[in-house]
Amino acid sequence: MGKRLAAVLGTGQTHHRAKRTDVSMPGLLREAVDRAMADAQVDWPDIDVVVLGKAPDMFEGVMMPELFLADALGANGKPLLRVHTAGSVGGSTALIATGLVQAGVHRRVLTVAFEKQSESNAMWALSITPPFHMPVGAGAGGYFAPHVRSYLRRSGAPEHVGAIVAAKDRRNGALNPYAHLRQPDITVESVRASQMLWDPIRYDETCPSSDGACAMVLGDEAAGDAVPGGAAWIHATSMRTEPTTFAGRDQVNPQAGRDAAAALWREAGITDPLSQVDAAEIYVPFSWFEPMWLENLGFAPEGEGWKLTEAGETALGGRLPVNPSGGVLSTNPIGASGMLRFSEAAKQVMGRAGDYQVDGARIALGHAYGGGSQYFAMWVVGAGKPHTPS
Amino acid sequence: MIAAGSETPLSAPLDVGFDYTRSVGPVLGRFVNALRERRIVGIRGSDGRVHVPPVEYDPVTARALTEFVDVADEGTVVSWSWAAEPLAGQPLERPFAWALIRLDGADTALLHALDAGSAANVHTGMRVRARWSDEPVGHIRDIAWFVAADAPPDPAPTPPPPPVAEREDGEPVGTIITPIHLRYQHSASPEESRYLRGLAEGRLIGQRCPACRKVYIPPRGACPTDGVPTAEEIELPDTGIVTTFCIVNVPFLGQRIKPPYVAAYILLDGADIAFLHLVLGCAAEEVRMGMRVRAAWRPCEEWSTTLENITHFAPTGEPDAPYENFAHHL
Amino acid sequence: MTNLTDVAVVGFAQAPNVRRTHGTTNGVEMLVPIFAQAFERTGLSKQDIGFWCSGSSDYLAGRAFSFVAAVDAIGAFPPIHESHVEMDAAWALYEAWLKIRMGEVDTALVYGFGKSSAGELRRVLALQLDPYVTAPLWPDSIAVAGLQARLGLDAGLWSEKDLAEVAIRSRADAAANPYAQVSGHAEVSELLDAPFVADPLRAHDIAPVTDGAAVIVLASVERARDLVERPAVIAGIDHRVDSPALGSRDLTRSASAEAAGRAAGAGSAGPVEVAELHAPFTHQELILREALGLGEGVRINPSGGALTGNPMFSAGLARIGEAATRILDGDARRALGHATSGPALQQNLVAVLERG
Repeated sequence: MGKRLAAVLGTGQTHHRAKRTDVSMPGLLREAVDRAMADAQVDWPDIDVVVLGKAPDMFEGVMMPELFLADALGANGKPLLRVHTAGSVGGSTALIATGLVQAGVHRRVLTVAFEKQSESNAMWALSITPPFHMPVGAGAGGYFAPHVRSYLRRSGAPEHVGAIVAAKDRRNGALNPYAHLRQPDITVESVRASQMLWDPIRYDETCPSSDGACAMVLGDEAAGDAVPGGAAWIHATSMRTEPTTFAGRDQVNPQAGRDAAAALWREAGITDPLSQVDAAEIYVPFSWFEPMWLENLGFAPEGEGWKLTEAGETALGGRLPVNPSGGVLSTNPIGASGMLRFSEAAKQVMGRAGDYQVDGARIALGHAYGGGSQYFAMWVVGAGKPHTPS
Repeated sequence: MIAAGSETPLSAPLDVGFDYTRSVGPVLGRFVNALRERRIVGIRGSDGRVHVPPVEYDPVTARALTEFVDVADEGTVVSWSWAAEPLAGQPLERPFAWALIRLDGADTALLHALDAGSAANVHTGMRVRARWSDEPVGHIRDIAWFVAADAPPDPAPTPPPPPVAEREDGEPVGTIITPIHLRYQHSASPEESRYLRGLAEGRLIGQRCPACRKVYIPPRGACPTDGVPTAEEIELPDTGIVTTFCIVNVPFLGQRIKPPYVAAYILLDGADIAFLHLVLGCAAEEVRMGMRVRAAWRPCEEWSTTLENITHFAPTGEPDAPYENFAHHL
Repeated sequence: MTNLTDVAVVGFAQAPNVRRTHGTTNGVEMLVPIFAQAFERTGLSKQDIGFWCSGSSDYLAGRAFSFVAAVDAIGAFPPIHESHVEMDAAWALYEAWLKIRMGEVDTALVYGFGKSSAGELRRVLALQLDPYVTAPLWPDSIAVAGLQARLGLDAGLWSEKDLAEVAIRSRADAAANPYAQVSGHAEVSELLDAPFVADPLRAHDIAPVTDGAAVIVLASVERARDLVERPAVIAGIDHRVDSPALGSRDLTRSASAEAAGRAAGAGSAGPVEVAELHAPFTHQELILREALGLGEGVRINPSGGALTGNPMFSAGLARIGEAATRILDGDARRALGHATSGPALQQNLVAVLERG
């Protein structure tokens, strides 16, 4: 293969809140972009191209908002791409930005993803019911909760494991100055005492709605070599899609996710993910998706992901810290949530994760999914260059 | 609702509307708050040009801009086009001109409406002034439109202002409201239309994929695994099983039933794919994976081309299906 | 440093350009037949496709995630390597080009679709403008194009007769294109006698509202030679964007098209024989010809171009497909395809294709 090396030179994100009414959309984006460019020590003339991702345009009521954002993104006279792959978009946006470097087209890429949910109401936008369709009236969690029940039935996982995930991620979020929800005192017991919204999913086991943005500057090998303290080198990338529904579809452990993971580990030269990956940022909008995705990604055999969680192996200090940043359960600007996972993975291997740094993290996973668990995007980043440039 | 001709796919209007709340931030905030005082401010760009409306980031250097400049509410038409039949939401309901207007003191042009009566009264280079709204609220619509600079005062009232976001007394405008209401014509696929017309007769019509032989309900314009339309019709019974479900305890916008209630995937007997529906007729905590259920139909005189003809599914009391029988549908 | 792979267009298919289809807004009814045509023309099947990428818009369909159901038309199981841009599918082609270029895959299928008739297109497109101080006034796409056209008329860059001549040539050429929506013979005087739709624009200046879809199959040059006799090799491809501020940039020229054309090599390595320009308004063709340095000798829009059928989100891809077809059919050795996006030619993509 002819792929060239690509690296993360710097990352940035906004302070995430339910409503960032202090800024416009351009202002929100620039908060993340300016931090990423400062982190990468680059200036506007260094940027060759901009890749923007976000979820549905109806969230903000702007058709193809990258067009009006071109000034704020410093994109005038440059190429500007806009990606939309449902909830996985933050991840796939990062991967397309990576591709611009890997294909030898550009040296430095600015990539940014955002959602300003407070411009409208995501529940409204997602529940526009076209004629002839019956609104079942289950709400956002109502789509995923039945599949969580299926997981519980299949795996025999004890009921408190979801609460363990929620308490861990929210406590991690308290270590992250940018997180939307920061709850240092949350406990497994308090999560279990919170209201059951979509049985089997409780209130504290669901993600918030956030305004926020995330940005990264990616670069080629020479640019990566120049990063003080070391860049995050991109070792492997993968994307897979399957239809929303089809006869016999496995909605708990979707084939698209398994295929994406298999391709990812193969490219990264990883044969035993649990041993070889030091930290994972996995898209977990409802607590139970942690054990489900641990299995889907191959960190645990099918039906046994919950055992890693229950044993504390996914907490900071465990064998595989999952979502040390607090994850989607602490911060969820939908279109940016995937890129946050990717950038948090990069921060870990760059040693820039502050109070939630995983000691000695050399290899990290960033993961995003979207739609009805049908779009998957992931990458593996490392503190060192890939051993065999593929 | 039903289009003419039995084989024409069904279609019906779809209205999509929301009043968006846009926080404006410091630069656009300065602009809209000045409008409320019937003043117009621009911003100086990195190259010295004065941008009106102000831009937060310079179009050339991408730097954040901060130097505000007051400009006049009078200026010159740079270009224009005639709106002979105004569309919903536009500033005037009578024919008007769209104009790029360079206000005195500005270097860039503002796009707005120009009330001129007829196209013959408009020309590039003409002098125009803002017709301020009777009730400015801090919104671009505080300029109702522009008129010829020498036009006599117009005593007619301006249109009502757009909705205003709540804020503390004395606080500047931080959020503007932009209503966006769009009208679409939504069409069902030919296959789905067959199914919907079946529902109007109280029948459940599925179709088999010619390639994989799976039975889909609703039928599909393309079998999701084979990419070909489902074809052979299969009438399905209104009985089946619950594969999996959740209990909805949470109230939310647009909800029709009082919680708690059960949203469940229903797999009809003979179908290869489940769909989401309600299970009522027993306590929510009694619903089980594998439970046998039957459709509860509305009275037939209320039937139309929608699955809402079935209000819910209810337990039949038959023994549950064994897990192995439906495990591959989860 | 490893070598990068050259990429070629090996197949193109499009749905008929029509004012209105009965199909759904997820495009399935238009896509299923043209996928089959593209496979037939290349001898490939869905299992042979390494990467899929599409372009479409939720606002055209009136609902979020409208592109998700479109993958049903593929039959996307086992799972596929796939992505989507909320742009014209010409930019999806750019993304697919990257995937082949870096050697990750050696084939890709790109598609775009849109049912413009579902909504009121010119009003929907107002939502592409600045949402704070411009879109709340609902300036529609024709109004904005009219402002651009007048600037050129006032400056003497083009006349109403020049614009009518663009329309006449486009419609005459479209007569040979079975997919075109509008075609036929017209005289300048007759067109200029017609009333204004949005002074200075008349009906002939404005692309029709079109439902449609298009698909392009790409392959590495090595693979392409096994599939077709005359692959259309992408010699250069680039895209650029201009400032969204309509009142601060020079609307009578297109800096972004000029930069993209230069980067794609439009003016170097010999002139192109044919150019398919995505110009939804007559005056925009003139702006683009100037920006891309296309002289009198270049055959412009032999398909009839977007003025004779403008399926949103696939019309740009179709321009590249039409340009490639001239090479695939042996009618040209070097051709240019162009796509635009946004108000008043804000964003532009240029692909230069050569006989491989």
